[in-house]
Amino acid sequence: MRALDLDYMLGLVPVLLRYLPLTLAMAVAAMVLALILALLLAMVRVSRIPVLNQIVQGFISFFRGTPLLVQLFLFYYGLPQIVPAFSAINGVQAAITGLTLHFAAYMAESIRAAILGVDRSQWEASQAIGMTQVQAMRRIILPQAARIAAPTLLNYFIDMIKSTSLAFTLGVTEMMGAAQKEAASSFRYFEAFLLVAIFYWIVVELLSVVQRWLEVRMNRALAR
Amino acid sequence: MIEISGLIKRFGPTVVLNGIDLSIRPGERIVVIGPSGTGKSTLLRCINFLDRADAGRIRIGDLAVDASRATRAQILAVRRRTAFVFQNYALFANRTARGNITEALVTVQGLPKTEAVARADAILRDIGLIDKADAYPAALSGGQQQRIGIGRALALNADLILFDEPTSALDPEWVGEVLDLMRRIAERRQTMLIVTHEMQFAREIADRVIFMEGGRIIEQGTPGEVFDSPRDPRTQEFLRRVR
Repeated sequence: MRALDLDYMLGLVPVLLRYLPLTLAMAVAAMVLALILALLLAMVRVSRIPVLNQIVQGFISFFRGTPLLVQLFLFYYGLPQIVPAFSAINGVQAAITGLTLHFAAYMAESIRAAILGVDRSQWEASQAIGMTQVQAMRRIILPQAARIAAPTLLNYFIDMIKSTSLAFTLGVTEMMGAAQKEAASSFRYFEAFLLVAIFYWIVVELLSVVQRWLEVRMNRALAR
Repeated sequence: MIEISGLIKRFGPTVVLNGIDLSIRPGERIVVIGPSGTGKSTLLRCINFLDRADAGRIRIGDLAVDASRATRAQILAVRRRTAFVFQNYALFANRTARGNITEALVTVQGLPKTEAVARADAILRDIGLIDKADAYPAALSGGQQQRIGIGRALALNADLILFDEPTSALDPEWVGEVLDLMRRIAERRQTMLIVTHEMQFAREIADRVIFMEGGRIIEQGTPGEVFDSPRDPRTQEFLRRVR
């Protein structure tokens, strides 16, 4: 057993910091896109639009039923062989697309459950004052569903940040990719991977603080 | 003039409304009484299309609708001429007391925000809750919530306000303030169709009392006629039990 090379780890901090923005950018981009897609998928599920509903169910089933890594490989290495147009896509784009589809499938089900969790009286009151279904959804139901879904969605965002590390398997040098490269050249695997773990941990902890603050804020309307 | 004719509603094999005919004159205050489960609430809900009747016609002024075949636009038109007060208040949980009243004015009637707020505040003053304007429903007592619910209905300037057992979910201590408010609204000759178990209140404010049982109107008349000399044995039996 050898001692931990702290000097090496400290020297690595600025290197990993340089790649932190890319990690966060991928997570934020995929999260925004996944939220939009999930909302659309949830709308189809809630309103039970024929045919479309079955397609969405199949989509959700596939992306929840297969590993993210397999989806990323299928998307980045597999698809261009069948559809040449996809070879133009780079690793970052492929990772964001994969993360978006994968997490949208999960988030759609959370959003759907949250919408169904809003008390039926809220629908009835909206209808009774003459709102259209779209108005009721947008102004009364979705804001309340957001409050129900927020903790779960933030958990998915945390998961999303950690899952961006898989982009390294598509040749993207983000935080994990940088750590891997540094480790390979210095043979200090333990130090490099420990440091990258700490980086993810800190980011997630910071987010948890935001999460708690947001929950307090969003529940204010329901507080007595 | 509001006219309901031949209204029929089934839930599965159960016939809840069995051919209801009812015309309501402008300014008329009608109270519907009867045992629970006899379709009183369903009648109100079918008028407002919260439940869809299986047959019958609803006419509000020049707007005539076939209940079973009404289009989305027709349903919206009926709802925009009526207002509904719910037993469980059903205030918008994500809106303040003021927001609950402005919501319809802004979203449905397209009023400018400032105008809607001015009208909402006038109503809040009228119902004695201006100091709660910025409170969310969860922070209000049952009585206050129901008064906001009534304020929300008033704001719509509806041809007809439907009250579905507005005091049944309230703790006894709050019933009085809600009935007082309804009394004041009745004095202004607002057209009202009220389902309630408050017999004394019905006697005070109703132009007409309707007794329903088994999805039918059994008997109707002035409060004096129905309460003091009911003709039908079923009405007599019901009144004996609630007294």
